[in-house]
Amino acid sequence: MIFKKLILVGFISLFFSSSLYAADCGPNGQSIRILASDFPAIHAIANAAESNCAGSASEFNRNHTTEARQIMNAAQTPNPAEYTSVIVANSTLVQLMNDGLVRPLDDLVEKYGGHLKSNQLITVDGKIMAIAFMANSQHMYYRTDILEKSGVDGIPATYDEVISAAEKIRAAGIMEHPLVMNLKVGWNVGEVFNTIYLAHGGEFFKPGSAEASINNAKGVAALETMKALVEYAHEDHLTQASDDTQGLWEAGQAAIGFMWGSRGGVILDNEGSSAEVTSNTVLSAAPTVTGGSIPGATLWWDGITIATNVSDSEAEATFAALVSGMTSEMVAANNDDAIWLIDGFKPGPAAAGVSATAQGGAKSYPMFAQMGLLHNALGAELVDFLKGSESAEQALSDVEAVYETAAKDAGYL
Amino acid sequence: MKHSTFLLFSLPSLSVMFLFIAIPIVSVFIQSLHIEHKQVIIVTENCDPFGCETTTSVDTEASAKLKEKAPLGKFNGFKTYSNRMHFAFDELGEAWKSSDSFTVFVKKLYNYPLYRALSFTLTYTFIVTPFVLFLGFLVAVGVNNLPKMFKGPTIFASLLPMIVTPLVGSLILFWMVDGDGVIGATLQKIFNDNSLSLKASPVLTWIMLMVYGIWHLMPFSFIVFYAGLQTVPQETIEAATIDGASKFQRIRHVVIPHLMPLAIFITLILLMDNFRVFEPIIGFKAEAHATSISWLIWNHLRESAYPLYNAAGATSMITIFGVAILLLPVLIRTWRDFKEKNKG
Amino acid sequence: MNTKIENKLTPVRIIAFIFVALWLVIAMFPFIWTLWGSFKVQADFFSKADWSNAIFGFHTEKQTGGFFTMGGYYGSWIEEEFWRAVINTSIVVFFTVLISLTFGTLGGYALARSTYRYAFWILMAGLIFRAMPHMTLISGYLQPFFAWNVWGILPTTIIVLVAINQPFTLWMLHSFFLNIPKDLDESAMCDGCNRFQAFRYVIIPIMWPGVITTGLFSFLLAYNDFTVTSMLLSDENETMIPAIASFLGTVQEEGKVMYAVAAVVSATAPLFFFVLFFQRQIVSGLTAGAVKG
Repeated sequence: MIFKKLILVGFISLFFSSSLYAADCGPNGQSIRILASDFPAIHAIANAAESNCAGSASEFNRNHTTEARQIMNAAQTPNPAEYTSVIVANSTLVQLMNDGLVRPLDDLVEKYGGHLKSNQLITVDGKIMAIAFMANSQHMYYRTDILEKSGVDGIPATYDEVISAAEKIRAAGIMEHPLVMNLKVGWNVGEVFNTIYLAHGGEFFKPGSAEASINNAKGVAALETMKALVEYAHEDHLTQASDDTQGLWEAGQAAIGFMWGSRGGVILDNEGSSAEVTSNTVLSAAPTVTGGSIPGATLWWDGITIATNVSDSEAEATFAALVSGMTSEMVAANNDDAIWLIDGFKPGPAAAGVSATAQGGAKSYPMFAQMGLLHNALGAELVDFLKGSESAEQALSDVEAVYETAAKDAGYL
Repeated sequence: MKHSTFLLFSLPSLSVMFLFIAIPIVSVFIQSLHIEHKQVIIVTENCDPFGCETTTSVDTEASAKLKEKAPLGKFNGFKTYSNRMHFAFDELGEAWKSSDSFTVFVKKLYNYPLYRALSFTLTYTFIVTPFVLFLGFLVAVGVNNLPKMFKGPTIFASLLPMIVTPLVGSLILFWMVDGDGVIGATLQKIFNDNSLSLKASPVLTWIMLMVYGIWHLMPFSFIVFYAGLQTVPQETIEAATIDGASKFQRIRHVVIPHLMPLAIFITLILLMDNFRVFEPIIGFKAEAHATSISWLIWNHLRESAYPLYNAAGATSMITIFGVAILLLPVLIRTWRDFKEKNKG
Repeated sequence: MNTKIENKLTPVRIIAFIFVALWLVIAMFPFIWTLWGSFKVQADFFSKADWSNAIFGFHTEKQTGGFFTMGGYYGSWIEEEFWRAVINTSIVVFFTVLISLTFGTLGGYALARSTYRYAFWILMAGLIFRAMPHMTLISGYLQPFFAWNVWGILPTTIIVLVAINQPFTLWMLHSFFLNIPKDLDESAMCDGCNRFQAFRYVIIPIMWPGVITTGLFSFLLAYNDFTVTSMLLSDENETMIPAIASFLGTVQEEGKVMYAVAAVVSATAPLFFFVLFFQRQIVSGLTAGAVKG
């Protein structure tokens, strides 16, 4: 629902608000310093901010690095902080908030954020902590031609349907391993568990505490689903992440995939693949469990934050510059770089999967302070189960034990 | 040499090492004895573009107050070293009691990260090191026998495995050993097995990592041995030839003894570097079947959103300790050399 | 007479040739493959469908119309301004090698000539220092460097690389100086030179082979480093290896892998000339440097 509204509002505001909007860069002569990851959508936002406001700032400095997440807490702790703004995602916002390194933005939004939509505002306990500009999630990719050839009716909507479709494809002799998933040991395999566990309606922690609660019937069910899917995945699945799964898909060696929405654009373009693959690839919502309603995915956003340890006027100038870039003109110029949450986004076929998944009511990647530790434990300990050398219960209790040790060290338990 | 002259000469070197290595080691050690203060956790309502959820956050003000009192954190003694992430003494004790045979116990041992990592690290160290030494020596002897004009290009080509940055080198090799890649497909043809996958089987993964390690480190031992061969005294060789020694006898009785100090130097460096094996595991995405001590540190520091300095510190200390044990024979020899030198 | 023996083709020599040839193929194959593939598109070079695509360029022809494409080189050098990273790497490598060698030569000489027990313990400490995993060191540096406002600049990275490199340099040069007879500089001191003069006029002229060898390894360390440079340098001071890493993309975003491949190939080319140029010094240097008497 949110997404439909979002798109509607986007179209309307394209004609009304944006053309009247002129960049307001806040206080003059301030230093603006941004730390961000290195991908096109973030470059688009930062470019727009720079071209609008670099003139009125004394310094406009950007650091796009793959190591942003590794250095951000150390960079922002001193006073004054190294950067006035860090561009974050769900998980990295938590990482900064754990050390109190981002400031509430309510006043600034009131002053400069007239053109922002209410669902761009990320609030924690009622206070705005970040402004989101793009969305992402995992979802299903499928090949219509192969499903048709092997006699699968309609789009598989549940994990059981996916598994039986995969079996039909195998039985028809079309592909031995029709599924691709990002199951690389570590973060990726942990994330796959998260999505399926959420689809089963699981909760990661006991309410109000940092005690893990995944070793339960839902956790076991999620692992059994994973195991059933893995049967149909490429034999090297424990080493495969996005680049590999995308490569397999483009080479026409998969019929059903669970991959990131942000890869949709490059999979559907005419590079690196054949017309047979691209014309028959359709992006759809992540599956649910049979009888369930929650798609097996975690929704992600990327957004801007402002540092705590900088002067108020630097914070104001940085905020003004960054939100001045979030316009429909910017989106129009970079429409296919991301699934924008900003006014003016025209969703193409590459955005269909993410919006269907979000509309289906998928959960956001959980923003618990201690989530990273649990995710890491999942990534390291589930592999024994997937390799078949451990039972599901044993794997889950290992995860909880590893998490507990780490959480004690980090002070959460 | 007088103390003051010694100090003058070695001051720059000693001071950078003191500042950037010695002090950090001490602070890492102290850090490994502490854990974080109890975080004050509050329940919050978080809203994002997709809806609202009740989650928990850290009450940073309350947590900061605790931190101010004792910035190092809560003293934990050596408990980090003995917890489940490291030596897991309690868990092992229980596993010992509940196992009815030694194999069952070893299988349980393998469930704990440190022991799992140690098993690969030590195997890797003790297989790769001798291979690199031996093959490097053979290549050095071979290149030494080449006509002069080929030597330069050969040396450069031999250095390539060391020069090409592992970041991309392993990416390309990883693709090559894929079932669809050139090496993987060739192997499948040779063994006539279409499901042969170097990445899916634990044994093949270990072999693949070790072959890569040998390939990557060969240039180091090659170049040092090759250089050593240039200094083999020609007179001794000629004398041996006149005495009727065969080529192998000459190598066995003249060349190898001459290169012995070099071999010790290479062994020392190789043992140390192999014990810290890390890059191939990441490059070949082999975490499913092989982890190493350095991989554990990386995992503690980078992979969770919260760097576990105490765990990483403890693992680093264990690394240093492990290296010291590995090198002990060499160290004792150096000590003897040193005493001998000062007698004379 | 000696040369005659050397040039005779004996079975042993033939086996040695074959062995070296085999090694050369194994050593060079991935690089040659990369060199060839750097003129192809990603779908060919990392083909999941058929590896022979990487040789014959099926997709390259479809996408660019030619058998070869300069896309990777154009993208990395012109679009992404890889030359900036090359300049930064040159600066970092040059100063790291220079400072490492200066400090290491002085320290190594002192350690080789001192007869006191502390010299031994300093060498041992050096070994322990070298065993410390770099990753732990770097994560410890971050906070003080940010607080002192020295993070992100080239000098900080250079001095850290020098420090990390110092134990190895010290050990290698120390064993090299042990190889130079003590009598040489001590007789100079009898002739009225002090320690520095003896070092300057007697040792410096004959130490170059050892220094160059050690320099080669310092060079490789600084040139190939990722752990230090990726964590301690800001965007505008980025060196080659982190720049290549940033071409590789993330889980969510596709990278420009062919830029990375082209960048790696073009980063290796200067090394070829470097090695050819210094070949003699490297070899003779290694000789003198590592053999202990």
